[in-house]
Amino acid sequence: MSKSRVGITSLLSLFASFPVLADTGIDEKINLFIKPYSDAVAGAVFSSFPVAGVDIPFVLVWLIVAATIFTLYFRFINIRAFKHGFELVRGDYHDPQAAGEVTHFQALATALSGTVGLGNIAGVAVAVSLGGPGATFWMILAGFLGMSSKFTECTLGVKYRDEHADGTVSGGPMYYLTKGLAERGKGFARFGKLLAVLFAIFCIGGSFGGGNMFQANQSFAQLVNVTGGEASWMADKGWLYGLVIAVLVGLVIIGGIKGIARVTSKIVPFMAITYVLAGLAIILMNYDAVPTAFAAIFTGAFTAHGITGGVIGVLFQGFKRAAFSNEAGVGSAAIAHSAVQTNRPVTEGFVALYEPFIDTVVVCTITALVIIITGSLDPSVDGVQLTSNAFATAFTWFPWVLTVAVLLFAFSTMISWSYYGLKAWTFLFGENKVTDSTYKILFLFFVVAGSSMQLGAVIDFSDAMIFAMAFPNLLGCYFLLPVVKKELNAYWDDYKSGRLVKTDNR
Amino acid sequence: MSPVLMVGIDCSECGDRAVEYAIKQARLTNARLIIAHIIEWSQFSFSTVEENAQRHRRREEELQRAHGEIVDPIVARLKADGLEVQGLVRHGHVADTLEKLARENGVTNIILGRNGKSMFKKHVFGSVGAHLVQSADCAVTVVP
Repeated sequence: MSKSRVGITSLLSLFASFPVLADTGIDEKINLFIKPYSDAVAGAVFSSFPVAGVDIPFVLVWLIVAATIFTLYFRFINIRAFKHGFELVRGDYHDPQAAGEVTHFQALATALSGTVGLGNIAGVAVAVSLGGPGATFWMILAGFLGMSSKFTECTLGVKYRDEHADGTVSGGPMYYLTKGLAERGKGFARFGKLLAVLFAIFCIGGSFGGGNMFQANQSFAQLVNVTGGEASWMADKGWLYGLVIAVLVGLVIIGGIKGIARVTSKIVPFMAITYVLAGLAIILMNYDAVPTAFAAIFTGAFTAHGITGGVIGVLFQGFKRAAFSNEAGVGSAAIAHSAVQTNRPVTEGFVALYEPFIDTVVVCTITALVIIITGSLDPSVDGVQLTSNAFATAFTWFPWVLTVAVLLFAFSTMISWSYYGLKAWTFLFGENKVTDSTYKILFLFFVVAGSSMQLGAVIDFSDAMIFAMAFPNLLGCYFLLPVVKKELNAYWDDYKSGRLVKTDNR
Repeated sequence: MSPVLMVGIDCSECGDRAVEYAIKQARLTNARLIIAHIIEWSQFSFSTVEENAQRHRRREEELQRAHGEIVDPIVARLKADGLEVQGLVRHGHVADTLEKLARENGVTNIILGRNGKSMFKKHVFGSVGAHLVQSADCAVTVVP
């Protein structure tokens, strides 16, 4: 009780200083304050080299190369284990003795509610508006390859998780980088520790960026959009929106009002399903435009008229948005998946294949198709507004539904990321009330900052921090590939020879 | 082989009539007794990351509470009465799990107390008794 009072009081005093500054232009002030930092961070992470006139950021090459190598190393695990992954999610191998523990379905659904969200709605719109329809092709390909990255990191996340004496579980890259690499020898132990610390630092940044500011920013943009765009009385009140969201998030993470989070976790899947169904409905209503859309996607992927950087530019946009949306290789999902009940870590890897598949191959493709077939593609509109306009061509009331969905997605993603960030934070600074509250208050500050900034600055910072996590994470994964391979082979032999016990679901 | 009676208990008081009936039957037929309590749980529900991380601990707590507050007191009372009795607590869908427990333990008769839910609730959510009458492999007795 006292903990929550301390948190909320300091939160209020933090914001109390804002309205004093000036009645107008608070947004602008926050924006100007943060922008130099966000530019510097983005510049460092996206150090790039020119290919065919386009600056290709090294981090993107890093992600795609890893996903490709993992796919080949595990001999197309993303296809091979697709069916078995589904059987696991369906509960075919669920141990009845473990009823009441976290099932594969629950681990996947939880991880998905952290990733399905604005990346699928706003991110795809950005990709298609900057890279043309062809970007969709590369997005699907990146999602497909990303399945193997998720497989690798989630298997490791379960294998090297910490099961504490009090019955709680913590897992994720911090743990497998430290424990996994330590198994390989003394020199590796220090290297692993270094990677884990780097990962934790970037993860905290990511929890302030893509997991927070980007969410606040885009959900606010959508709210302004439905309430009348530029003319809306909310248009210059980003800080106010940020304040409201910060209070709601604060109630959950500081006030410990779990009910709000629990309700969100139950509504979000239904919003996602509603979104997918509405998208499918629009596609069906325009079924005659679908072949043309696919033709545009395929030809656009390899020709790219009028797109900056030609084909490379298109590829870059598609890969970038896919990576941001499904977070494969970033390591965040390994934290979410690690609480599952299983004694075969590789099973959670199979289940995790479905995350990029649902997130990118299914949901992102639907968004892209809706934007393309409704002819809403307009380079002057960006982010979530483009998607909103596209859906509005079929259902005029849909922007309102989308607004609710966007708000809920943003909220649940923030709650998830506040947890990831906190785990990284306590990994660095230890677990106690002071470090705990410090992190949470910082987190809430960035909610307000995110909704006050222009989209460009927010996206750059968000991308930078989320992608930076991939450096230590994937580097460590390369060294741990043999561990995953050993688990995989042993399990696959058991599976193929029928030694696994199937549950009697009668 | 002696008969095995299984009593499904909702909460500490509401199974009382079912338990009394079961005691009478057990004395008459020299039957073994099982006192079962099911904690409503679905493997397809949605949860937050934090809930998942704490799930194992919560489950232990739920099992402990169910045993301590609901099942064990009844078991102790019946044992003191000289009956052969065993307490079981499981997570799952109530009717399905009772049915499974019955199969696993060779139960010959499942005994339930009627909980007097309103017609509306019964129609919308179904009742455990009605479900078991339709699908169980053994006799089902519903005590009014």
